[in-house]
Amino acid sequence: MTTTVAAVSEGTGTPYTLSHLDALESEAVHIFREVAGEFERPVILFSGGKDSIVMLHLALKAFAPAAIPFSLLHVDTGHNFPEVIEYRDRTVAQHNLRLHVASVQDYIDRGVLKERPDGTRNPLQTVPLTEKIQSEKFDAVFGGGRRDEEKARAKERVFSLRDEFSQWDPRRQRPELWQLYNGRHAPGEHVRVFPLSNWTELDVWQYIAREGIELPEIYFAHERDVFQRAGMWLTAGEWGGPKEGETVEKRLIRYRTVGDMSCTGAVDSDAVTLEQVITEIAASRLTERGATRADDKLSEAAMEDRKREGYF
Amino acid sequence: MTTTAELSATTLLRFATAGSVDDGKSTLVGRLLHDSKSVLTDQLEAVERVSASRGQEGPDLALLTDGLRAEREQGITIDVAYRYFATAKRRFILADTPGHVQYTRNMVTGASTAELTVILVDARNGVVEQTRRHAAIAALLRVPHAVLAVNKMDLVGYEEKVFAAIAEEFTAYATELGVPDVTAIPISALAGDNVVEPSAHMDWYGGPTVLEHLETVPVSHDLAHCHARLPVQYVIRPQTAEHPDYRGYAGQIAAGTFRVGDPVTVLPSGRATKVAGIDVLGKPVDVAYTPQSVTLLLEDDIDISRGDLIVPSKDAPATTQDIEATVCHVADQPLTVGHRVLLKHGTRTVKAIVKDIPSRLTLDDLSLHPHPGQLVANDIGRVKVRTAQALPVDSYADSRRTGSFILIDPSDGTTLTAGMVGESFASPEPVKDDSEDDGWDF
Repeated sequence: MTTTVAAVSEGTGTPYTLSHLDALESEAVHIFREVAGEFERPVILFSGGKDSIVMLHLALKAFAPAAIPFSLLHVDTGHNFPEVIEYRDRTVAQHNLRLHVASVQDYIDRGVLKERPDGTRNPLQTVPLTEKIQSEKFDAVFGGGRRDEEKARAKERVFSLRDEFSQWDPRRQRPELWQLYNGRHAPGEHVRVFPLSNWTELDVWQYIAREGIELPEIYFAHERDVFQRAGMWLTAGEWGGPKEGETVEKRLIRYRTVGDMSCTGAVDSDAVTLEQVITEIAASRLTERGATRADDKLSEAAMEDRKREGYF
Repeated sequence: MTTTAELSATTLLRFATAGSVDDGKSTLVGRLLHDSKSVLTDQLEAVERVSASRGQEGPDLALLTDGLRAEREQGITIDVAYRYFATAKRRFILADTPGHVQYTRNMVTGASTAELTVILVDARNGVVEQTRRHAAIAALLRVPHAVLAVNKMDLVGYEEKVFAAIAEEFTAYATELGVPDVTAIPISALAGDNVVEPSAHMDWYGGPTVLEHLETVPVSHDLAHCHARLPVQYVIRPQTAEHPDYRGYAGQIAAGTFRVGDPVTVLPSGRATKVAGIDVLGKPVDVAYTPQSVTLLLEDDIDISRGDLIVPSKDAPATTQDIEATVCHVADQPLTVGHRVLLKHGTRTVKAIVKDIPSRLTLDDLSLHPHPGQLVANDIGRVKVRTAQALPVDSYADSRRTGSFILIDPSDGTTLTAGMVGESFASPEPVKDDSEDDGWDF
């Protein structure tokens, strides 16, 4: 009997106490299983970024040894890192998953959406995402959003009701008590579900290291042709950079987040292993979004405004 | 440098703060985040920029926590905000809730998952109605640990007498309500005394700072004395060539421990079997405990589906269709006698009807108001609910997860009410003399 207690307490020094990663993992798995039990057509938003990769990993564990009862949805801005698309397709094949793609480029080609003067396509994702949710009748949409990312996100529920236009109303959120999630919704409405709500960037990296999860290479230091815009290093490419007056240089960088190429900045880094990345993040004095996302610098309430309109 | 292994081995503490802007709650939270180096440069720059544009002298740390546009414009906290920070010893999830009476539902929400609650008082005012309300919420929600942070000690000359009188009055009150553990700490959130660093102004105080206390308060429970409970969320049946007969019952252990070989009963059917195996996310184990997410394999092939509760055969709760509970009404539309609702308990949602609302409770002075007819937003009251099917409920005092439920409006899905089965407070309900009761407001 004593040996069993010793075995389960390994890591925290106290019997029957979970380490923080085990506690967060258990909570996320509970959320996935609640959705599987209560919804008809759930889908996981999968960008090939680290948060969505961790979500998929958790979903695979939650239903093992059975297959996950969800498909994946990628909102493709058309400004993708090729390494990430390659990773996405390999992962889908490896786990025999079904992938839906909502293409921003397609909407631009059809003239439904217009390219913005700054070339940024992040805000353009909302319409293709919403229409795909409607046309596929998805009733639960898993997102990798974390409350530590941004202060409007800090107020979002784990189960976040969206109307038929995908809009979020922060004043009309359902209180969430204990672990009793309320997924009731009318036809046409859906619920955004955030299993990583309580995770921080560091938790995500520690979990990736602990579980040995493979990531796209752009998360690790590599040499790349970049140019500076608004204080961030952006990858030179067909999407519209550099402009006149912006000079391209080769730098040793890595990405802390993966998004649309036009507004996702790289950071100077020589971290080539997970251990080095974790050390770098633990010492960083900038938040993930502050360091790498041009779109969140627009205003004090940039994220709140985009979320109200139906963004992730 | 902290290694990956050391960082992974920390425990998690969920705690809540209650207090108002006037008590310096946002400043305390901002101070905890700032002094524990959890606020990063870009966040601090944003706060400094906004503070300067409003003509404030120093950075207003309250701006770190008020996330919504309306909150910043009105200078108030409206909603529960969750904050995350870590030290070398522990990871923290902080539910930051507003303190005024019209936000009782937010405090109840924050306290529902908290292991500890920090209650703020202004040293100049001492224990006031709001403090008593916050203590009552901590007691009602059975939060195991309470911290009384006596703030603004700098404004009372860091006087020990002032602190001691407030601490004594509060501890007596909270203990009477059944709060099991109270720690009082004299602080100045603005000046930083005893928040993260020990104060240089209060030699007479030998206890921990707020952060030291948060880092060391025990988070484990004596699970041997808890009733083991597993609400079934989902049945895992791969039906593949590799696993043709695998049939596992997935759920998060709500309380206690389960071991392979345990005789168990499935409720509400009452069928009995034994635990044949336990998988913790794909890995077989001999014993599993709350709050692990597990998959139980059972010896007999019996009919089990989502919503069932697996319990030890020797420790099964009674099932009942009549539930009496203390509730906090959280919706804008009122709850009335005769209201037809949905009740979610564990993983089961059933139809229910509100049979009676015997009383409403004023938390400021614990006065009872019989037969209020309805409960409106932020009201605390007693209700009697009749459910369409019998439910295996525990008393909330015994099990926070299987003694709690929510009521949902079937027409629009609104979460109406949060309920706690059984008696309101751990100690006998304080009965007030009617002659003193000036809280009647018919």
